[in-house]
Amino acid sequence: MTLRVALEQTVPVALNVQLTCAPGELLALIGPSGSGKTSVLRAIAGLSMPLRGRIACNSETWFDAAMGIARPPQARRVGLVFQDYALMPHLTALDNVALPLGGLTKPAARARAAELLTLVNLEGLEARRPQQLSGGQRQRVAIARALARDPAVLLLDEPFSAVDQMTRERLKRELVALRARVTIPIILVTHDLDEAMALADRVAIMHRGLTLQSGAPKDVRLRPDSPTIARLMGQTNVLNGRLEAPATAEQPGRLDFDGMKLEVAVTGGYQAGDAVAWLIPSEFIVLHRRGRPSQGDRENPLAGIVQALTALGEQTAVGVRLTGASGHVLNFRMPTHAARRNDLAVGAEVTLSALGQGIHLMRPDSTIRDSTV
Amino acid sequence: MDWTAFALSLKLAVWTCVLLIPASLVLARWLAWSNARCKPIAEALLMLPLVLPPTVLGYYLLVGLAPTTLTGALVGAIAGRPLVFTFPGILLASLIVNLPFAVQPMQRAFEAVEPHLREAAWVSGLTRLETFRRVELPLAWPGVVSALALVFAHTLGEFGVILMVGGSIPGETQTLSIAIYDRMQAFRNGEAAAMAAALLAFSFLAIAVVHLAARRGRLVRSEHGHGDGVRR
Repeated sequence: MTLRVALEQTVPVALNVQLTCAPGELLALIGPSGSGKTSVLRAIAGLSMPLRGRIACNSETWFDAAMGIARPPQARRVGLVFQDYALMPHLTALDNVALPLGGLTKPAARARAAELLTLVNLEGLEARRPQQLSGGQRQRVAIARALARDPAVLLLDEPFSAVDQMTRERLKRELVALRARVTIPIILVTHDLDEAMALADRVAIMHRGLTLQSGAPKDVRLRPDSPTIARLMGQTNVLNGRLEAPATAEQPGRLDFDGMKLEVAVTGGYQAGDAVAWLIPSEFIVLHRRGRPSQGDRENPLAGIVQALTALGEQTAVGVRLTGASGHVLNFRMPTHAARRNDLAVGAEVTLSALGQGIHLMRPDSTIRDSTV
Repeated sequence: MDWTAFALSLKLAVWTCVLLIPASLVLARWLAWSNARCKPIAEALLMLPLVLPPTVLGYYLLVGLAPTTLTGALVGAIAGRPLVFTFPGILLASLIVNLPFAVQPMQRAFEAVEPHLREAAWVSGLTRLETFRRVELPLAWPGVVSALALVFAHTLGEFGVILMVGGSIPGETQTLSIAIYDRMQAFRNGEAAAMAAALLAFSFLAIAVVHLAARRGRLVRSEHGHGDGVRR
């Protein structure tokens, strides 16, 4: 029941999208607002018609511009949860869920709807209308209605954006539990990276209507194809340098960064002399204990001055302006107790290591700073 | 009290509602969501009866329906007799005059239905007709009730166009509002006063009954907690 999507259009929003989603897989479509995520879901559901492309679910072709196939939404077996849930205000929770069950007799439809409401933990609230339900309960009704169609694919458009933080965590746990019971492709649209990281088997990055990269969340975050993708994945430590020597089996590669030499474990296909962009993810930055040298000090040491320190509960966000002509800032997080123990304060001089195994090289973007990120 | 005129007014109001509301429902639904290029023109035409003096409208209807004109001859041929100064003639006039009162409230009500709800219905497998019946119509129902009340009351009170097209023939075209005018012209003030009071009371009653019925229908359905009840 794999869903395969290839879309291309220029109006109303430009899209050039390639996606696949396997049965039981949860694919998170992530990207900033206006990147075309919702448009992709609408095209899959049949609510909009792309100019070119093909949408197929297993052996069923739902859309094929070249062959002139365009099934209406009614003939696509899609479960779609709208961002605003789109529950019928004049119908009860039960009747909302029974809406797609027109093929059954009325008692059978009601029984099945009640069953689905139990599945999403809403037993007892069958007679309530949407305006008598909380945000989280509405979302559950919307999911139950989407499942009532016995869909071949489940599409969730920012399903957690309309509920408060506590409800959101509970709903996420419920979604994880629900996944164990449905073995269809699920596409989740979100602009929340943490949400995507926590829930998705695979992520696809969208930017200005293009799917840029897809893969396991960890791979896309740590090994992005481009600086733009790195920034879209929330990475802030994207810098420029020049590769002096590629890595070999015997020794790591060497990167020139504003005159400093950094060891790099993996240098990919880049050659000596290539201008590269490089990424050092936050978790590969190690702050040296102040006043006491410790293990790992020799690996890619960098000196700098703390310019920003923000306590975020258990974690503290640290920004260090590197000493030297460039004055780039590296951002990373560390446990708040470790920051305290080290007497970190704005203006303090520190040294840190950018671990070579975490450094990832990319082809530089033609535009170094992306205005939309 | 002129019971003939009263019965005639009632008959005209009922027929106008029966013929106009279903047709306007379709028209209002189309106007609410259409992107057709001719939509602004259609909307302007619909609003015309609202701004035109009844005499202007009445003049054109009179001329258009007169057996001496081409249109009048055509209509006469279809209807079997000329329509000026007849009940079908004033019914036709009433339908045209009431068009904006029927279409406007329903169009606004359909426009207020969230587009997402229609799409959610389609994605749920409902055909467009089912979506209309089970989602759009229940949600737009208060607009339908408003249109019904407006058209009914407005027809009872219509005067100018009816007088122009129908004249004042007792039992055929003399409605209550025209009968009042007739009595005043004849200095029979007492009769006019009684009929005016009757028309006032009846118009109020008609609107109140329709609104009460709508309200009660909503309450009953929502108490049961299921069905196609409307809450707004």
